[in-house]
Amino acid sequence: MTALTVPVGQDRDLRPLPWRKMAWITWRQHRIALAGVAALLGGGAVYLLIMGLSIHHSYAALTACHPASSDACGNLVGNFLSTYWMGAQITSVLLQLVPVLIGAFVGAPVLARELETGTFRFIWTQGFGRARWAVAKLTLLAVAVTAAAGAFSVLYAWYIRPFLAAAVSQQSSLAGEIFDLKGIAFAAWTLAAFAIGALAGLLIRRVVPALAATLAVYAGMAFATTLFLRQHYLAPLVTNSPGGPPGNGNAALPVSQWYTGPNGKPVSQAVINHLLQGFNPTTTKVAPNAFQTNISPQQYLAQHGYTLWMSYQPASRFWPFQWIEGGWLLAISLILIAATIWLVRRRAA
Amino acid sequence: MNVIETTGLGKRYRGTWALRECTLAVPEGHVVALVGPNGAGKTTLLNMSVGLTAPTEGRATVLGGQLAGSAAALDGTAFVAQDAPLYKNLSAGDMLHLTRNVNRRWDQRYAEVRLAELGIPLKKKAGKLSGGQQAQLALTLALARRPRLIVLDEPLAMLDPLARHDFMASVMVAAAEDDVSVVLSSHALAELERVADYLILLSGGRVQVTGEVDDLLACHRVLTGPAAEADDCAARLRVVHARRGEAQAHLLVRTSGADPSVDPVPPGWEAHPVSLEELVLAYLRAPGAAALPGPVRARDAEGVTR
Repeated sequence: MTALTVPVGQDRDLRPLPWRKMAWITWRQHRIALAGVAALLGGGAVYLLIMGLSIHHSYAALTACHPASSDACGNLVGNFLSTYWMGAQITSVLLQLVPVLIGAFVGAPVLARELETGTFRFIWTQGFGRARWAVAKLTLLAVAVTAAAGAFSVLYAWYIRPFLAAAVSQQSSLAGEIFDLKGIAFAAWTLAAFAIGALAGLLIRRVVPALAATLAVYAGMAFATTLFLRQHYLAPLVTNSPGGPPGNGNAALPVSQWYTGPNGKPVSQAVINHLLQGFNPTTTKVAPNAFQTNISPQQYLAQHGYTLWMSYQPASRFWPFQWIEGGWLLAISLILIAATIWLVRRRAA
Repeated sequence: MNVIETTGLGKRYRGTWALRECTLAVPEGHVVALVGPNGAGKTTLLNMSVGLTAPTEGRATVLGGQLAGSAAALDGTAFVAQDAPLYKNLSAGDMLHLTRNVNRRWDQRYAEVRLAELGIPLKKKAGKLSGGQQAQLALTLALARRPRLIVLDEPLAMLDPLARHDFMASVMVAAAEDDVSVVLSSHALAELERVADYLILLSGGRVQVTGEVDDLLACHRVLTGPAAEADDCAARLRVVHARRGEAQAHLLVRTSGADPSVDPVPPGWEAHPVSLEELVLAYLRAPGAAALPGPVRARDAEGVTR
């Protein structure tokens, strides 16, 4: 305010209005949602911690076993997997839901509740100004949920590490159900869900439909990323080695495979199927219930000049992929939050 | 200084004009009644003057030229929206704290004393208060900001007669003691008559009547006379609204000025002063008649009322 527009002395009693004033308001209005996030992540963390300690204990015994190729050590690995692997897989699948739950239940109500109950007419006409209000609220909540998710994913990374290690190598760290729970991806997905929720709340103006829309949009994005997008972040490597990609067991993420014919050109699956009709290996009985064939389909095809090629993403690309995924999710989140603030500023209420 | 000034203000929602060509200048120090039928554009006008809604055309300023919704305008204007929206799960005390945190000017002692006088406990959740208490809490939050303009959209709609009386008394005290200009929209004509000294009447998205209540009352009167002469008489006068009985007709007419001698009463007719309620009702029944700006010809106004 300038002295030109307002008589001197009029506004002596005006106090400054720093941004931190919004912290109390944000906390007071969203503490139940934030407590829900704390309960969800806290409960998950306790579970990961308890299971993780016992997993790491068994894993330590497993890695201490010498020689590693002995039957006794093989049994240890088998026991380890049968005890923990199913639980780890279920845990990983369930944790996929956490970012969208946080995003929907914290992000969607921020604006939808104000618009649904009419309180935006109260808060948007206060001296703080509606654009600043939106900036402050969305920033504080976004930082809170992103930080909480980031801390949680560190714990998950520790929990899942034995299953990805060389001695067990049950899954690639790039695999769909693990990649986005580790590194920076988990926090980035949580931030994206929050940003989707906030914008959906502003556009839809009602809490429950905004929640549903957030779930739908997030699910579409997550499925598309896992199934189609992620494997193309960097050009995949190609191998025709019969053993598949170099490295341990499942460490790499397979992208696709195809055959080439004697002339080196790719051939269709129909050609291969036709060729395999002539595949007639000799089977010998080596034990009462065990049979052995003298030749594998792979070897049979190789004899006829057909080669199996495989494209894959090596496990060493975990961090580059994390930065790529984290980067575009962060960019989308910032765009959505900026769009939300811009709409709050200009929308006809 | 004009507390609200609009020029060519208009707002269109999906092809329909909610308000159009609204040009107003409301001087400070008044209690302004904004009246009009449902859908006349009252809420749209108020929302634009507090910066909630952006105009489609024209502009609105408050408090001597501050653009509506600007930081300077928000600092000096308090708004209580229809149904007095409050955060229902916050206590009255928390509502005070919250409002204090988002305003540059705040009088905590005033707010606490006022709530104590009203018997509203600070610990009670806003959603658990009665309708009257919620309206009073919303008014307290607005007044404790020490605004120079307070805008109230249908503040009486949800209140019982006693709560209406108390609420309006609070508004009047604030207007008188704290030198706050008040603009309020309402359908409660009886309440408005007691408090308002400035009138804006909207109809069909346009300003139909605007001016100080005393001036408006002075230049309108009701003529009562034989029904047989009504048409004859009406042709020579600016009739806002005509009501005909079997024997007698009542014509609410607009005079050329406050001086009655300029417009002599026709022989055989009696003139009575008009109340604000009668005046407003007459104009509401005659949406084509306009008191300000500019005169209207009698036949036009008469024609519309039939």
